[in-house]
Amino acid sequence: MATQQRRISTRESKGITLLLIGIALGYLFLFLGLPLIAVFVEALSKGWDLYWQALVEPDALSAVRLTLLVAAIAVPANLVFGIAASWAIAKFEFKGKSLLITFIDLPFAVSPVVSGLIYVLLFGAQGWLGPWLQAHDIKLIFAVPGIVLATIFVTFPFIARELIPLMQAQGKEEEEAAVSLGATGWQTFWRVTLPNIKWGLLYGVILCNARAMGEFGAVSVVSGHIRGMTTTMPLHVEITYNEYNFVAAFAVASLLALLALVTLGIKSLVEWQAKRSGEPLHGAH
Amino acid sequence: MSSFKAHSVLPGFNLALGFTLLYLSLIVLIPLSALFVNTASLGFGGFWDVVTGDRVLASLKVTFLTSFAAAVANAFFGLVVAWVLVRYSFPGKRIIDALVDLPFALPTAVAGIVLATLYAPNGWLGQYFAELGIKIAYTPLGIVVALTFIGLPFVVRTVQPVLEDVEAEVEEAAASLGAGRWDVFRRVIFPAVAPALLTGFSLAFARAIGEYGSVIFIAGNMPYISEITPLLIIAKLEQYDYAGATAIALAMLLISFALLLAINGLQWWSSRRGAR
Repeated sequence: MATQQRRISTRESKGITLLLIGIALGYLFLFLGLPLIAVFVEALSKGWDLYWQALVEPDALSAVRLTLLVAAIAVPANLVFGIAASWAIAKFEFKGKSLLITFIDLPFAVSPVVSGLIYVLLFGAQGWLGPWLQAHDIKLIFAVPGIVLATIFVTFPFIARELIPLMQAQGKEEEEAAVSLGATGWQTFWRVTLPNIKWGLLYGVILCNARAMGEFGAVSVVSGHIRGMTTTMPLHVEITYNEYNFVAAFAVASLLALLALVTLGIKSLVEWQAKRSGEPLHGAH
Repeated sequence: MSSFKAHSVLPGFNLALGFTLLYLSLIVLIPLSALFVNTASLGFGGFWDVVTGDRVLASLKVTFLTSFAAAVANAFFGLVVAWVLVRYSFPGKRIIDALVDLPFALPTAVAGIVLATLYAPNGWLGQYFAELGIKIAYTPLGIVVALTFIGLPFVVRTVQPVLEDVEAEVEEAAASLGAGRWDVFRRVIFPAVAPALLTGFSLAFARAIGEYGSVIFIAGNMPYISEITPLLIIAKLEQYDYAGATAIALAMLLISFALLLAINGLQWWSSRRGAR
């Protein structure tokens, strides 16, 4: 009886419980559920035929191709960086380490628009390297390389900040044991370190990829919006929406929404697997 | 070298750190320094004239007020969501928990067009507000809606783990000493989660200030009324006013740095409180 009473006293009444659940679910439905449903409803509002046509028209297809290309460059580049940075930071002691970690986080503090602007200042027609690039007939801004650079910038910290705390928590005893038993550096990395960080790595890659494919502000500044040439999927959504071609805008938007759902699905799966295998995830966003 | 780095038997330090510094410099530090160098050519007077211009100040006011309003909404509702996800069980909870991260995964342009469509005067939700005479899309209210969406996960995800760690014994002790449920929340639980709540609030606020993609579709973008600062940077850029755009961008960057510093301070403070 006594334990029964104590348990009741640390619980809210039924009415309050239901009220709080109601507020939370109502809020999430209004701000997350409804928009998600609306993307697909709007995309299919004029039927499957128009939906399909909007996806296979040349501009949409080239936007999909460009988005895939940009992610295929930006994600591996940041992956290599993330591994190098976390190896140096987690496995060694050196001066200025915390400053380095702060610098790695910088791109998260910068507005997407400013992220794009800095590359225009460097490589644009009036930028530092503008005259030299023009003289050599190299176009970076309002072209694909600028889009890739801006995307690398905004997705820069994702993998590194996932791996650094993970590898710091795991310490370096296992690697030291491998090396003292005669393993080379690469062998140690592939056979000891990588298996230990695989879920954290995958987690970072998934989030990095979602942002790389979905980035809008930074890419918008450096793209120049040349249809069929420098428009990624989010830019294609913007252009068609501003032309009141809502079916086309929401059709491509629905692909991006699917990507978001797949990302969340894999993310949950990775979190579950990591928990099962005892590999702590940092869970940074 | 030995004074710079402690001895280690592991190989690869020079390669890893060298590559890290090179990549960091090329992608982040050198491009960001362009902002400082280009603004320096304006001189401090020129910089100050740009960032205290009427339209810039109006846009900063819109940006800060809407970001603040959205962060406040998220602090309240985020706390309720975190509470419900940690304390209660109901069907579909795991899926809902995963869905909280949707704003991190959904491209901002998609969020922008769908929110603009929902809250337009003839939209699914906008029509009911229109009947009440409230216009949401194409007003500052619309900006608040978009920024609330963007910032939704921050408070939930910072408060959730702290709430999980609040020990039942402390609550039981308070209750057995005669505290009512509301008193226990107010005096025991809330002080424990307050630093995390403040951190989540600041993260949502900082994110909202720089946000662009989700806002521009729903804002209406009227100068002096619903024009956010990032959009003003784009507007200057399109008029080839590079100096103006750079000065505003630098001002935003400095504000972001100040917020980042404050957030790091908060996190340090809350971890110290947690350790006590």
